[in-house]
Amino acid sequence: MSTDSSSLWNKIKSWPLLLPVVALILVMALNILHDVAVGANPLSFFTITLNQTTSGGTILYGRIIDILNRGSEVAILALGMTLVVSSSAGTDISVGSVMSLSASFCCMLLAGFGVTSTNELRVPLIVGVLAAFAMGTLCGCFNGTLVAYFGIQPMVATLILFSAARAIGLLVCNNMIVYIRNATFGAFGAFTGPLPTPIIIAAICIAIVAVVLRKTSLGMYIQSVGINSKASRIAGLNSKRIIFLTYVICGFFAGVAGLVNSSRITSADSNNIGLYYEMDAILAVALGGNSLGGGKFNLAGSIIGAYTIQAITTTLYALGVSTDQAPVYKAIIVVIIVAIQAPPVRAFFRKRANAKAFGKEAAKA
Amino acid sequence: MEDNVVLTARGISMTFPGVKALENVDFTLRKGEIHALMGENGAGKSTLIKCLTGINDFEAGEIHIEGVDEPVKNHSTRDAQNVGISTVYQEVNLCPNLSVAENLFIGREPLTKLKTVDRKSYNVKSQKIMDDLGISVDVTQNLENYSLAIQQMVAIARAVDMECKVLILDEPTSSLDDEEVEKLFKLMRMLKEKGVGIIFVTHFLEQVYAVCDRITVLRNGALVGEYPIADLPRVKLVAAMMGKDLDDLAAIKGETKDLSHEPLEISAKGLAHIGTVKPFDLEIHKGEVIGIGGLLGSGRSELARSIYGADRANTGSLKVKDKDVQIHQPIDAMNLGMGMLPDDRKAEGIIEDLTVRENIILALQAKTGMFKKLSRQKQNEIADRYIDLLSIKTPSPDTLVKQLSGGNQQKVILARWLATSPDFLILDEPTRGIDIGTKTEIQKLIVELAGQGKSIMFISSEIMEMVRTCNRMVIMRDREKVGEIGGDITEQKIMHAIAGGEGE
Repeated sequence: MSTDSSSLWNKIKSWPLLLPVVALILVMALNILHDVAVGANPLSFFTITLNQTTSGGTILYGRIIDILNRGSEVAILALGMTLVVSSSAGTDISVGSVMSLSASFCCMLLAGFGVTSTNELRVPLIVGVLAAFAMGTLCGCFNGTLVAYFGIQPMVATLILFSAARAIGLLVCNNMIVYIRNATFGAFGAFTGPLPTPIIIAAICIAIVAVVLRKTSLGMYIQSVGINSKASRIAGLNSKRIIFLTYVICGFFAGVAGLVNSSRITSADSNNIGLYYEMDAILAVALGGNSLGGGKFNLAGSIIGAYTIQAITTTLYALGVSTDQAPVYKAIIVVIIVAIQAPPVRAFFRKRANAKAFGKEAAKA
Repeated sequence: MEDNVVLTARGISMTFPGVKALENVDFTLRKGEIHALMGENGAGKSTLIKCLTGINDFEAGEIHIEGVDEPVKNHSTRDAQNVGISTVYQEVNLCPNLSVAENLFIGREPLTKLKTVDRKSYNVKSQKIMDDLGISVDVTQNLENYSLAIQQMVAIARAVDMECKVLILDEPTSSLDDEEVEKLFKLMRMLKEKGVGIIFVTHFLEQVYAVCDRITVLRNGALVGEYPIADLPRVKLVAAMMGKDLDDLAAIKGETKDLSHEPLEISAKGLAHIGTVKPFDLEIHKGEVIGIGGLLGSGRSELARSIYGADRANTGSLKVKDKDVQIHQPIDAMNLGMGMLPDDRKAEGIIEDLTVRENIILALQAKTGMFKKLSRQKQNEIADRYIDLLSIKTPSPDTLVKQLSGGNQQKVILARWLATSPDFLILDEPTRGIDIGTKTEIQKLIVELAGQGKSIMFISSEIMEMVRTCNRMVIMRDREKVGEIGGDITEQKIMHAIAGGEGE
């Protein structure tokens, strides 16, 4: 073995995204296997076609596009969740409910209180959009205050909005589903040119966070506080404020995700928007190879994790698994992915690899 | 077992992961004696007591109790009570919402013929117990109605009534005032008359000499010796606790300059943090190295922390460069040109999963602000400079700091503060756990920094280090600043000041 290839192999082995990427590839492979088994084009998973819509537009169509599109909300949530997990070694379980509340608040403003269905917007669209963001941010402030300044366990602190936010959303919508039958509102869940808009929104969110982390020292601050908040304080960081900030960011993105989700169905369905999304967001962070014990984080891993979850769901549907049974298979795949990342399993494989290498050496000698 | 002896422990050893907590320790307690167990924090006092009371499982050694033929090995506090060892802790472990009598008999209530609790008889019994001990309380009142001292005495009364032969008092006086302490001593003397052997753990040297008959000193988990009180005056006790033999001390005199005409860097008036350090006044001049002396737990770190804002001062005022300032948290102090290397490297120093480079630039980055991120090039420059200057042994600046040895980790934190170019730098035990060579380097660095006009506060358990480097010493005892030594600093002077009380 030449030194060049071995150093490349070492680089790959120590690449932090290795396992998340492997997990994603595994899911794709499952698709290919299935396609081969049923005699379809083995690459149909990757095929992207341009389709004509009934209204005369041209849109991109394909399973990958579908995964990227459907996975947008979880990817957006995973951004904030990654930061929350890193800084506070806890999770924000309220994001799904906050999505719902933000959507309800937005739709209520756009339709007017008590109106169940409207074609005309009561206030400019931008007001509704900003209201959704503001509501998410406000919820984030609430969670952040409880966790950072009152020292309440993140799980318990966010449990409050987990159960209350959805109900408040219902209250805001006067216990009804509010329909906004207006194309401008639906645009966030539809297509911009040939691309689904949610993909573009997710891309913008990811870009914003990436730029902020690159251009400011926020990333180091968050990790530093997450690893050792006492030492960070002595070194001049305001640990509490940084933890607070991560919850605010997480809340803001829940607002964004809520808007996208609501726009897809052009309504504020308080009971269903964002349902169980918090679990997917937390899972995305874990699948991305991030420790839920806080500290070091890897944003790219979380994003890959988010799309992996969607890829699993889409794959299962492609395999013909019914919607009711999908969670069972999803659980099995997730257990496998998480298990291969678990330290004891990794240690086991490392040991075997070492033993093998040792055996080779011995054989040589 | 010889007469008179109620408890002997022989060759007790105990290891915690990575630490030898006790090594081959002997301890003997006689009937009717008050025996002080002394040592600095971490000397092994608590560990020994926990071995006696069954909280810790010791690995080697034997414990004998009078009246029990077999060696005793307790596995719980209940086992310990059954063989006659009772413990009263600093915090009272009783139920404040029950009456005094109920607290005395909880778990062993006298019963009537119908197997119900015999309230009448236990109230009468309780009153008798308390009267006998000279504690004037109404036993039917709830415990919470009485002061902490009385509550502590009730705890002691309970222990004594359970026919204990050995009574362990672990820091019982730390939250009592002088009058209450006196009451407690009266009770202790009375129990002594009755033949109870008392083990007394305290940080207060005065109290040892007020009430004890004998002293056993531990240091770093090993036995230093057992002494009758008359044979061990305070200075010798301090020397035994710190591990210095007074006779061996060579008086090394440092170059002392008079810096009192230099401008003031720090001036504190009545600064205090409730519960950790009592109000103190302190002035530090530009270019001065000021040492803080005292036993571990005497408030030396706490004094520094209250200036730096690591523990926000509750009272008093602070001037930095002659300007009144308010410090709410460390970043405020940093913006005034301060820096602090804390004594607990692992808990408050390193960010272990960050790289050496990130650990070095952290404080500087915190000071410049989140939105003014230091460029990668600048970061590398700074990291390289200090890795070179302090000869930090690391494979690369991008190595995780937790992979470095303790001494190199300490240098990384030192680099973190030097990078912020502070005017006033607090170094709390910068040389702990570091090899001799590095220690000398750090001492030299301190003198050098002072030469550049920086003020340094140097805290160390090793007095010689401070004698070598400091211009002036502040002495702490029992969380209080008790004096200053200027001019000619010698080890003897410092030890005498730390011991306090009697002048020898």
